[in-house]
Amino acid sequence: MTIKPGEYFLQGNEACTEASLLAGLKFFAGYPITPSTEIAEGLSSRLPQTDGEFIQMEDEIACVSAIIGASWGGAKSMTATSGPGFSLMQEAVGYAAMTETPMVIVNVMRGGPSTGQPTRASQGDVMATKYGSHGDYQVIAFAPASVQEMFDLTVKAFNYSEKYRVPTFVLSDAEVGHMRGLLTVPKDIKIVNRKEKGVRRADEAYDVPDDRVPPFPTFGKGHKATVTGITHTPKARIEPEDPKVHQELVGRLNDKITANRRDINKWEIIGPDSKTMIVSYGSASFGGREVAARDDRVGLLRLKSLWPLPVEPIREVAEKCEQLLVCEMNLGQLFWEIKRVALEAGCKRIELLAKIGGDPPTPGEVRHKLREMGVI
Amino acid sequence: MELFDFYDQDRWPHVFCPGCGNGTVMNCFFRAFNEIGWKLDNTVFVSGIGCSSRIPLYINSDAIHTTHGRAIAVATGLKLSRPELDVVVFTGDGDLGAIGGNHFINGCRRNVDLDVICINNNIYGMTGGQASITTPHDFISTTTPFGNTEYPFDLAEIAVAAGANYVARWTTRHVHELTKSIKASLEKKGFNFVEVVSQCPTNFGRRNKMADPTALLDWFKESSVRRDKARAAAIDHVDLNLAGQITTGEFVCRDRECYHDRKGGGTHGDGH
Repeated sequence: MTIKPGEYFLQGNEACTEASLLAGLKFFAGYPITPSTEIAEGLSSRLPQTDGEFIQMEDEIACVSAIIGASWGGAKSMTATSGPGFSLMQEAVGYAAMTETPMVIVNVMRGGPSTGQPTRASQGDVMATKYGSHGDYQVIAFAPASVQEMFDLTVKAFNYSEKYRVPTFVLSDAEVGHMRGLLTVPKDIKIVNRKEKGVRRADEAYDVPDDRVPPFPTFGKGHKATVTGITHTPKARIEPEDPKVHQELVGRLNDKITANRRDINKWEIIGPDSKTMIVSYGSASFGGREVAARDDRVGLLRLKSLWPLPVEPIREVAEKCEQLLVCEMNLGQLFWEIKRVALEAGCKRIELLAKIGGDPPTPGEVRHKLREMGVI
Repeated sequence: MELFDFYDQDRWPHVFCPGCGNGTVMNCFFRAFNEIGWKLDNTVFVSGIGCSSRIPLYINSDAIHTTHGRAIAVATGLKLSRPELDVVVFTGDGDLGAIGGNHFINGCRRNVDLDVICINNNIYGMTGGQASITTPHDFISTTTPFGNTEYPFDLAEIAVAAGANYVARWTTRHVHELTKSIKASLEKKGFNFVEVVSQCPTNFGRRNKMADPTALLDWFKESSVRRDKARAAAIDHVDLNLAGQITTGEFVCRDRECYHDRKGGGTHGDGH
């Protein structure tokens, strides 16, 4: 039985657990790691109640491999981890991108590098999410900033993962994962299922508007599907030596995400006409949100999705405002991407408020930085 | 079913060298598969990376050729999400015992219903002949030019110790026994492991005075000893496999409870 519509008081990780079941999760493989463990613990009891399968694997590589296997069996699959476990998963992330395997990875980020700060929040894995595996590939990543968003964006992560056949991330952090707050479960939640090969569905409207995403040949249905990480033709014949086959395959894998950026990206803007815009995401946006709510001179662009890079909203605010302040809980990762887009849009001044150590920037710290910049 | 219904000719020519043992194993597997009457549409073949891991790509069925070492982990997820499918893993010594060693021992322990066939050619063949975890002591490879200073793993004994339901080891010289063991492993529930010691004349034999595949097969024949007749290993010497003798035979055939059959116990908790 999945969660009923109504109001709840839940932890961020619990909201993610319930959202995944509502989105249709049928297989979860996990390995204990702080601060994501509540998701595995929750699903170990919830999945058997909802006709799903939970397994604890021997390491994170096994987790992500197992969910790839389950996904090819046709099950919506997920794993949850944090920094060091996420590093272990990277090879399989590239494999999932290459084989167009729908799956969701929840990364409740903690301070790194290495073991770092297991119980403290960070946004240090933003670039690793997009660039952690070798080769050119695209992923989708959402960045929740509340218990409600942990719920909403987990559902979206499943939907987009199914729609575009791509590994999709919920990039949470220890702050959002362990926060308790109000959750409203709405009555109608849109659920997207992958377009299966040989199956005609009534909900064609959900399907991708172009032919870049091939229908999914679920195993055991007579498709004689061949899945391989080697460069292959659209008919799954391996051609590792042919430059053209590689260009076409890798080109399409990238294009299917970047060309559909407008469909995927989600964001929120407070005070769009402010002279100074803060650009932030996840728990790093808490301080900026307080400031923007109380000061007309300052606005906020809060990104709810990070990958593919939400170029359009960044460009939009950069064209109108005089300066940008990027707030991140790392030493500057998405900052460089945002700066590139903002400079192209004609914004002259792009500054960074970088904070590591585990605490999100406070409103006071944001104001201090804005005063330093001479804009308030 | 004819041999060429089982293999997808569109995907040929294959990558295997002349004299490779993979063809022998493929042939034995086809015979076993055909005899028990499994259906290709209900079977998924899973593999990792390496020469032997290319086999699923030639079979006329669903196949997933995964990353290096992860075949058993992928197969575990697949089998649990679709228990009605038959899942067979093809792997090699490096894929299974080195980079995938953790998944191998935990797969045996977990006892999910999988059939794992490991083609052990004692070398990393696809990358040109580097020492593997089963290269015998003192043998030459491209990374052990002065002879292998290490001692090899005994994969079948590890599978026995780790709890696999069925374990057998044969060589490519034992085609009838091998076919019988593959058949037994397919028919049996639980995690079943068949190791086949196989020849790699190109990258193993050539550097070890056995460039002719028949020389390797003769060596297998001469050094194979049935496990019940094998001399006990000296205490300070764990060099069982290929060091003078290859222990062959059916190592274990038991009925440990499968992962799927263990639902809802909780006898050690308070019932929640």
